[in-house]
Amino acid sequence: MVFPMRSFYRTLRMAFHALRRNVMRSALTTLGIVIGVSAVIAMMEIGQGSASAVKRIVSNMGANSLMVQPGAASSGGVTFGSGSVLTLTPEDAEAIDRECPAVHSAAPVVRARTQVVYGNRNWTPLYLYGTTPAFLTVRDWGDLEEGEPFTDRDVRNAAKVCLLGQTIVRELFGDESPIGREVRVQNVPLKVIGVLKRKGANLMGYDEDDMLVAPWTTIKYRVSGSGVTTVSNAALAAPAQGTLGFAGTPASADQSAVPLSSTAPPVRFANIDRIMVRAQSVEAVPEAIRQITELLHERHRIKPGEPDDFNIRDMAESTKALAQTARLMTGLLLFVALISLIVGGVGIMNIMLVSVTERTREIGLRMAVGARGRDILWQFLVESVVLCVLGGAAGIALGRLCSYLVWRLLRWPTEPSLPAIIAAVSVSVAVGIIFGYYPAWKASRLDPIQALRYE
Amino acid sequence: MELIRLENIYKTYRLGEVDLPVLRGVSLTINRGELVALMGASGSGKTTLMNILGFLDRPDSGRYWLEGEDVSRLSPDQRAVLRNQKIGFVFQNFNLLPRTTALENVLMPLAYSPEAISEREGRQRARRLLERVGLGDRLHHEPSQLSGGQQQRVAIARALINNPSILFADEPTGNLDSHSSAEILRLFEELSERDGLTVVLVTHDAGVAGHARRVIRMRDGRIEESAAVSAACGLV
Repeated sequence: MVFPMRSFYRTLRMAFHALRRNVMRSALTTLGIVIGVSAVIAMMEIGQGSASAVKRIVSNMGANSLMVQPGAASSGGVTFGSGSVLTLTPEDAEAIDRECPAVHSAAPVVRARTQVVYGNRNWTPLYLYGTTPAFLTVRDWGDLEEGEPFTDRDVRNAAKVCLLGQTIVRELFGDESPIGREVRVQNVPLKVIGVLKRKGANLMGYDEDDMLVAPWTTIKYRVSGSGVTTVSNAALAAPAQGTLGFAGTPASADQSAVPLSSTAPPVRFANIDRIMVRAQSVEAVPEAIRQITELLHERHRIKPGEPDDFNIRDMAESTKALAQTARLMTGLLLFVALISLIVGGVGIMNIMLVSVTERTREIGLRMAVGARGRDILWQFLVESVVLCVLGGAAGIALGRLCSYLVWRLLRWPTEPSLPAIIAAVSVSVAVGIIFGYYPAWKASRLDPIQALRYE
Repeated sequence: MELIRLENIYKTYRLGEVDLPVLRGVSLTINRGELVALMGASGSGKTTLMNILGFLDRPDSGRYWLEGEDVSRLSPDQRAVLRNQKIGFVFQNFNLLPRTTALENVLMPLAYSPEAISEREGRQRARRLLERVGLGDRLHHEPSQLSGGQQQRVAIARALINNPSILFADEPTGNLDSHSSAEILRLFEELSERDGLTVVLVTHDAGVAGHARRVIRMRDGRIEESAAVSAACGLV
């Protein structure tokens, strides 16, 4: 056990000694590896930084958001008759927010498409959303440009307030500040209490700033109007009356009659158009979908085998496309880095061949004093590996310096990458072995008599 | 006591289509402690004979006993071990490793020794040998800082590091001035007489051969004459 270790140690020392005998050339020889490895390290660190940045941008654009929509089976009120299948309600949104661990936040949304009027100007926003204050969290909208968001109390009271997106502000107010002004939507005056930050176009290319946000109660019962008889108390009255009106079978009529006679308003009858959900992370999206499905099955009393009365949509396609692009880029970078390492390896082989020729007499001498072919093979192989590992170490230092400078000077995001360092070291060793083997083998095959006579 | 015995050694080199017989039936005996000169013109086969005796080359036919053991048919690895343990070589052009101290040069063959010798013991032995050849004050000098004669002394110390049975010196004074030559030859004589080392001097120089007690002359791949030193001197 002791002897091989010592023999290895001797070979290693011999290699260092041989390399020290020609420091300049050793340094130049390993330059290819230094450059190759530093390129790998710098690229991986910059690439990893960009990947994280892209991930942040993607989640900003909504890759971690989900949309729960009423399914076909329950749309348009046709299921009211059966009474067993319920559409989405604000309480569903609350339950999702409360009970699904993979969900960051959830907000109900009621949509409308109608004109917004201010003075003599009018504009039809792309999005006219009725929702809860959680909406801003769900959409990761952050703080408002100016003003204050509406509150849960505003939602309860169906307060006549709204937030405007930048596009609407520009179209209706120009340079004026809209805070405190009133815009009219379907003749309902809504007081502008805040302006949303600019968000730009979303993944589908729609202008996200072309948006008016108000409490969902306000939009549903004051603005949308359809089927709404009275503004107050609508939550109870409107759907209940609708149910009675559409009642087709005695059974469902009985069921539907219950809410009417009871005192507690079954608020889930207040249908909403969709629930917007933000998952904890892009990775948590599938888990969030699973949890929401389970929860809604329970809440809507859907038995196994029955069709869902809702469907959940995510941005999986877009996320996948972005991830694929990132993978492709990483692959390309690695390919280029690999080529540079191969070039470095060819350089090593080149110089090792020169070195073997130059040291032919030394090889002959070593054989004459008792070195076997495999001793010579080992000596040159270890020399080449040591050279590559030293080059790899220098390359790691240089690469980290490069990525630090890129971060420092260009402000590109970079992230240290341990796998890159491990890969760089193992690749240097591999390059040393692969490209050092042929010269070492050639050296080991020399005839000592001719090698000693070599001039 | 008999150290080396050769019987009917043949060696032929193939140069393209032409066969070039170099050794044509060489038989000889060398006793322990002898100082032998192997003489002959270039092309007479003396270097090939030395290579075969020193396990650098192998004969085509014939038999070779070293210390009573038949070593005619050995694998390259076995011959490497014998070179390391039994043989010491001294070359005309010294063949020291450049930019390597005298001490490290002498230590070099220990790296290939099959028996484990500790670093300290090796260094002690190398230091003693360098002192023995008169270079006790030059341990850490590199070859470029040493004269030709001093370099050859380092080479002799290196050849002795593994306590060989026999020392082969191939034109050891070929690159030296007459003063250094005389010193080196005196060193060989001393090693033979005082330490009982068997030394074979391969040379074409009768002056060098004159230091040997026995001269083996070669011509055209055969041993022509093996004479005592006085007879050799008389012939010259």
